[in-house]
Amino acid sequence: MHDETWMLIEVGALLLGLSLLGRLAIKFGQSPIPLYMTAGLVFGAGGILPLQASTDFLSSGAELGVVLLLVMLGLEYSPTELVGNLKSSARAGIWDGLLNAIPGAVFALLLGWGPVAALAMAGVTWVSSSGVIAKVLRDLGRLGNRETPIVLSVLVLEDLAMAFYLPILSAVVIGASLMQGAITVAIAVGSVSIVLYLAVRHGKKLSRIFHSEQPETLLMGVLGLTMLVAGLASEVQVSAAVGAFLVGIALSGQVAHNAEKLLAPLRDLFAAIFFVFFGLTTNPADIPEVFFPALILAVVTMSTKVLTGYLAAKRAGIGRPGRWRTGLALMPRGEFTVIIAGLAVSAGVQPLIAPLAATYMLITVISGPILARVTDTAWFKKQMKAAAKREDALAGSSTSVAP
Amino acid sequence: MGVRIEKIDLPGFGVRHDVVTQAGQHIGVLSYRDGHREVALYDPEDPDAILGSVPLTGDEAAALSDLLGHAALLSQLSGLGNGTIGLYTEQLVLPADSRFLDRPLGDTQARTQTGTSIVAILRGKDVIPSPTPSEVLRMDDLIVAVGTREGLDKLDKLLAHSQV
Repeated sequence: MHDETWMLIEVGALLLGLSLLGRLAIKFGQSPIPLYMTAGLVFGAGGILPLQASTDFLSSGAELGVVLLLVMLGLEYSPTELVGNLKSSARAGIWDGLLNAIPGAVFALLLGWGPVAALAMAGVTWVSSSGVIAKVLRDLGRLGNRETPIVLSVLVLEDLAMAFYLPILSAVVIGASLMQGAITVAIAVGSVSIVLYLAVRHGKKLSRIFHSEQPETLLMGVLGLTMLVAGLASEVQVSAAVGAFLVGIALSGQVAHNAEKLLAPLRDLFAAIFFVFFGLTTNPADIPEVFFPALILAVVTMSTKVLTGYLAAKRAGIGRPGRWRTGLALMPRGEFTVIIAGLAVSAGVQPLIAPLAATYMLITVISGPILARVTDTAWFKKQMKAAAKREDALAGSSTSVAP
Repeated sequence: MGVRIEKIDLPGFGVRHDVVTQAGQHIGVLSYRDGHREVALYDPEDPDAILGSVPLTGDEAAALSDLLGHAALLSQLSGLGNGTIGLYTEQLVLPADSRFLDRPLGDTQARTQTGTSIVAILRGKDVIPSPTPSEVLRMDDLIVAVGTREGLDKLDKLLAHSQV
């Protein structure tokens, strides 16, 4: 049989299987991402049933998945929201970066992986998954809660920070000399800043080249522009993901709104392929070796996320239960963890980053949404009441002591 | 009298408006990008968490806001009669078979015949304050009239006259 025929059979069977797995996950209120990745591990090199003919297609599909994930992320945020969040929550964003990136970097250094791997691991543990968390908030009916804007603004700032982090990482991993590296980083950061500025100021002009009422031409136009910019960005070491994100931010108004609807099904399909492909390229035989380190890293950085959220909510005047909800909601890591690990591994930094990031991400994505529900239990509410009572008693005794 | 309303961005979803009532209660109004709305109430024991919310489509939200808007208008109108003994405000629905349907308000001769005064007409989303005699009455119009009990009863009968 021809390779194309086998490609159809393999990809068809894979997608059918993913759809059934996804249905199962959703039935149990879980994100389907862990199952997609596990499917990839099973069918990948060293897995039970390695795929033959479809790897080329899946590889391109995964690349497209990253581009679509990021352009959708950009489309969801309006430039005013980005600027507004930068002004109001910059401090929370900085704390989030410090508390969550440093453990990853320290971890890599402790394992003796060197400074480049440390930079990559900092990113792996830093960024929460906007996709998973948005879904959890929606499922738990928390969008109206007063702490939710804090969760969302932390996510926005992380995504924005990635627009600067990814170009720096791409420049560093190619192992340029210090001088050369500094120039590449400067070009990358400079061009991101300029594009971001133009997108925020003049995004409306870009949107005008599209006609928002013709689905076909709009779909092709927006997808075309996104892929083109992503490719060019990748060529100058800014990373395709960042290029796509910037296009998403630059588009606004009705064009952005309609493009979001048109691209959503494509994003769902190719994002699934992206997670499968990362599983495919990860050798399951490497997982036992990194499982305990990944578990320790997950426990540490999930705790630091809780702390990040708790402190950010406290600063915003949210009560004790709301602070816990903020922290616990922020725990799951996702797409960026995988993107960063993929970037580092393909540049040959440290092959063990792939199985480690895969295991780490699986642990946080599976346990995060479950732990986020703890705050809705009677036990948690009782604890909160007891804590409030203790605080009252403490405040009462201290005032009675005072003359 | 100002009402305190706070606007909070929900990046990726839409915006939330917080209304703080005079009694100190919070009402959250969530406006999603796709046009649907949610009205949320907060838990008194944990004021950051919503107790429950009512999802509304765009049309339902518009209808609800009309209802609340009209109620505010009517309560102000009825305020008129409070100090004056024997003067009432009433809203009357124009019956579907009324002979004044699609005819100008002047044709009813309401003031001459009943001594009441028609102060406003509520039509769908619109409010027509102090309608002129040339204003044409339409199906489902809500007529707001001020007058004595007796006069209002007469007006009710007058409007109910079916087409001949």
